[in-house]
Order: sequence, then structure tokens, then C-alpha cells
Amino acid sequence: MTAPLPRTQDNALLADAGEGTAVQLQGIVKSYSGNTVLHGVDLDIAPGEFVSLLGPSGCGKTTLLRVLAGLEGSDSGAVMLGGKDVSRIPTNKRDIGMVFQSYSLFPHLRVVENTAFGLRRRGVGKADAAKRALDALALVGLQEHADKFPHQLSGGQQQRVALARALVTEPKVLLLDEPLSALDAKVRVQLRDEIRRIQLRLGITTVFVTHDQEEALAVSDRIAVMSAGRIEQIGSPEELYGAPATASVAAFVGLSSVVGGTADGASVEVWGQTIPLQTPATGPVDVYLRPENVVFAEGADASVRGTVEESTFLGSMRRTVVRTEAGERVTVQHAPGIRPSFGDAVGIALLAEPVAARPRA
Amino acid sequence: MNSLAPSRLTRWIIGILVGAFFAIPLIATFLYTLRDPKGGMSLVNWHKLIDPAFASTLQPIWTGLGNSLVLAVVTVVIVLVLLAPTMILVHLRFPKLRPVFEFLALLPISIPAIVLVVGLSPIYLQIARTLGTGTWTLAFAYGITVLPFAYRAIQASIDAADLRTLSEAARTLGAGWPTVVIKVLAPNLRQGLLAASLISVAVVLGEFTIASLLNRQVFQTAMVVVRNQDPYLPAIFTLLALLLVFVLLLIIGRAARGHRKARS
Repeated sequence: MTAPLPRTQDNALLADAGEGTAVQLQGIVKSYSGNTVLHGVDLDIAPGEFVSLLGPSGCGKTTLLRVLAGLEGSDSGAVMLGGKDVSRIPTNKRDIGMVFQSYSLFPHLRVVENTAFGLRRRGVGKADAAKRALDALALVGLQEHADKFPHQLSGGQQQRVALARALVTEPKVLLLDEPLSALDAKVRVQLRDEIRRIQLRLGITTVFVTHDQEEALAVSDRIAVMSAGRIEQIGSPEELYGAPATASVAAFVGLSSVVGGTADGASVEVWGQTIPLQTPATGPVDVYLRPENVVFAEGADASVRGTVEESTFLGSMRRTVVRTEAGERVTVQHAPGIRPSFGDAVGIALLAEPVAARPRA
Repeated sequence: MNSLAPSRLTRWIIGILVGAFFAIPLIATFLYTLRDPKGGMSLVNWHKLIDPAFASTLQPIWTGLGNSLVLAVVTVVIVLVLLAPTMILVHLRFPKLRPVFEFLALLPISIPAIVLVVGLSPIYLQIARTLGTGTWTLAFAYGITVLPFAYRAIQASIDAADLRTLSEAARTLGAGWPTVVIKVLAPNLRQGLLAASLISVAVVLGEFTIASLLNRQVFQTAMVVVRNQDPYLPAIFTLLALLLVFVLLLIIGRAARGHRKARS
């Protein structure tokens, strides 16, 4: 359980909470040895917004963040912070805060010295910097660890100190480069929620890189799904989950099963069932089915039959993969009390919920 | 218990043999310094160090030792100010250059000092014209001879630390490159930098060939001069030089241990 946030009047960081800074990336192109990893990426982030860059490894999300931070130069394009072009400004003068994937605390400095490092570089006096550093540590519930060295902290605590260190200078934008990926599952969820809570309190514009769709869906105002150096779709978590723009977005956000269907305007026929479409389409389409849209059915209620290939217990639910007679792999989300075995013959059907579909390529 | 580990007896035998390998020459040298020219054993040779009658005999050694200490300081400065930042730069910004840099840094170990001097002679003519013939200018040559040893010591520390993340974290916090190197990277390379400095001091204090062939008076060349007048004094100074290096080693070991303790 994390400590409650200190009251605003007690904490300089909270007292100075602002409106955030607008961030714009315009036509960012980046290549390494002739291999283009970013193909003219455009991204507008509103002041105070929490935007996640989501995508598989190698899609360019970390490179885009590093270009925004100034740790990598771009071949072309512009980075704007608060309406000002900072493309040619070095990292140390961009006024950003960043938390890295690997533990980046300075091993030779105590927690409070680590946290005060950025303030000291800005000419803040030692005593004032230490006081503000303690305020920032209070924000992440670690003020009692101020005199420890980084190796005396757990991984989660180290990342919280890194967060405090990034926030204490009140940067224009907070950049998070997969800061949770080295942590165990329980700490990851705790810190994820803590980051979001603090971001909302401070109102700081935040860009969060992750390959974990659940993480992105949980904390973001908007998510930019990237693939092969491009932003495939950007929208709220609900928009991305409910109406994926491309097959790769559907596949990456929320465990979609893709099956064939025939659309007729506002509805689509799948396995002999007619179900509504989120957006109108006609002709042969790929239909993206969420696990919660598919149910087990018996006898005449079953739209299609198949064979169980795997079944995974997830605590409050179970997910079972069924291979249909047409060879499609469909994931069914159901109560944990139903325990299908490998090879079981089962029937499945669709709920009459609107689904996403794209014209078949 | 690991059955592949040597037995206690084997470990003792190996320890005694290795210890004897190092200790016997030192003990023999020490006993030699105790030999009284009039017969028997006494401290008469050690007394010469403070005997005014031997002041002129010892003068070349004091001059040579002073020159060597100045050279050691300048060489350590070259290692810390030139070599270490270059290695950091290669590691962070030009990693593809590392094999080339490593080859160049290790090259001096394979070149005999006499060959090095042949190459350095014309360069030292130019150095003498621009900077004079002061003994301290030998530090440029010593900077090259210590390269292989200093390189390995520093590289081991660089490989053990995540310099990229540390430097990027410092830069995002507003630190310029000089601050990054001095305040963040150097403290995390302290063990390697200390080891490189010690090795440099040891190499400089023990170097004879280059200084002799370039006609500079350093500790080792002075001992040859003094040996012709008194064979016991160079043996005494050899032991003292070894003691000095041993003390330096202890100080560095203690500093490194203190650093490790702070981190663990």
C-alpha cells in the first residue's frame, strides 16, 4: 500500500502543478544505416495529456520517444514543445523528465542526491534542492528512504525514485520508456496506477512507451498504436478497443480473433448469424471478434462447431481457443467453472454486439 | 564441497611456491642491503640515506626520483584527461571504432622500447624545439607505453557499468557533457581509473630504456649511475620503490573496497 499523497500546501511540486505543455511531432523520419525506422511520424499531444506509444518490439516507439527527448536526432521533421521548435536544442536544454526501462539511478549517489541532481544542474542551492527532492520523494512515498543508496532499494522503489527525479525539475513533458517492464507483475500494476495518479495531480504532459496493451489501455488518455515505423491509429482506449482501424491494431489491442464474413451495410453475416457492424461495410470482410463476444453454445444454438486447442485459467475468467471446422482460431472468454479439455468438440456462437470489420485484402 | 576444488594441502603447496617466487628475490635483496662491507650484517648501508657524507652520491637518485614522480603525475594526468574521456566517447558515441581503438591501445605492448625510441627520436627533436628538453616531456612517450595497461583497467570498469543509460539520464536532467563525465561517469569508473593510475605510476617508476636512450635522468637511470659508486644504494631504493608501489596498491585497494562497500 502506498503512502497517501502529501497535502498540496506542504509540497512544492504539487503547489506548482500546471496545465502541461503541448507536444507536436511533425513528419519525423529516422534511419539507421539506410534502414528507415520512422516514416514521417506526426503526433499532436494536448497539454496535460497522457499518450501511450504502443506497439511490438522494433516498431519504432522507443526511437520516436528518443527523438522527442533529443537523445537521437531525426533525419527530417520537427519536434515542438509548447509551440517552440526544439529539434536543434540538445537534450539537456529541452526541459524534459525521463524514466528509463533499465534502472538509471546514479549508483554513487544517495536517493536524495539522485533526486536533487537535476535541480543542482539548474543552479538551485544545495539546501533548497534537498528540500524539493524530499517533496518529490514524498510524492512517490519514499521520503524515508532518502539517505539510502540505490542498491538498497527494490526495483519498484528505484523506478519510483527515478520518477521523482524526473518530476522534481517540473519539466515540460514527462517521457516514460517502458519503465515498468523490469518489474514483477504486482509491482508493475501498483506503479502503473501511481504514475497515472501523480500525472493527473501534476497535470504534466506525459508520453509513455509500452508494448503491453493492458498497461496502455489502463492509464492513457489516448494511445498511438505503432507498426513498422508508422502510427497505425491514435485514439482513446475505448476507440482502439472497439473500433480498430487496421488488422494489426485489432490484433495488438485486445486479443481479437479474425474470421471471414460478408457485410451488407450496417450488418455482417458470420457463421450464419447476422450481427451489427460498428461502421458500415459491404462485401467480403475480416471480422474482429473480441473474446467476450463469443460464447459456448449447444445444439441448435451453436453457429459453428470446433475443437478446443488450449484453455487458460486467468483467475476471474478462463480463455479457451477453439479451432473451427473452417480452420479459424477463435478465442472464447467464459466463466472459470467451465473447464474444456484439449480436443473437446464444442459449439460456439456470437453475441449480438457491434463488431469491427475491414474489407478483406 | 566442490570435488573439483584442489585439496587444502594442494592449496597450501601452491600458495607457498607462489609466495616463495615473489618473496625470495625480495628477501635476498634485503639481506644484500644488510651486508656490511667490513664483514657481517648491519644497517650501515641504510644509514647512508641520512649520512651527509653520501649526499653527493645520492644526489642523482633524488633528482631522478623527483623527475620520475613529476613524470608519473603528468602521465596519470594524460591517462585521466585524455585516455579515459576518449574511451568513454568511443563507448558512447562511436562504438564501431572500439576494435580499432583497442588494437591501437594494445599495440605498444608488442613494440620493444628500443624500437619505440627509434620512432620517437625525431618527434622529440620537435618537442625539444617547442617545449624544451625538460624531463617531464618524457611523459608523452610514457603515455604511450602505459596505454595497454591503463586501457584494460579502464575498459573493465566501462564494461561493468551501464554508461549509456547513466549518461542519458544525466543529460535528460540537464547536465552537459563535462558534468556527465565528471559527476556521473567518473565516480562509477573510479575503480578502473584508480587501477589505471597505479599501473601508470608503477610503469613510470620502473622505466629505464626510453629515458636512457633519450638522455633523460629518471629514477632508474640514476640508480645505474649510483651503482657504479655504491652497489648497495640501488638495492635499497629498489626495495623502497617496491614499498611505495605496495602502499599505493593498499590505498587503492582500500578506496575501491570502500566504494564497493558503499554500493553493496
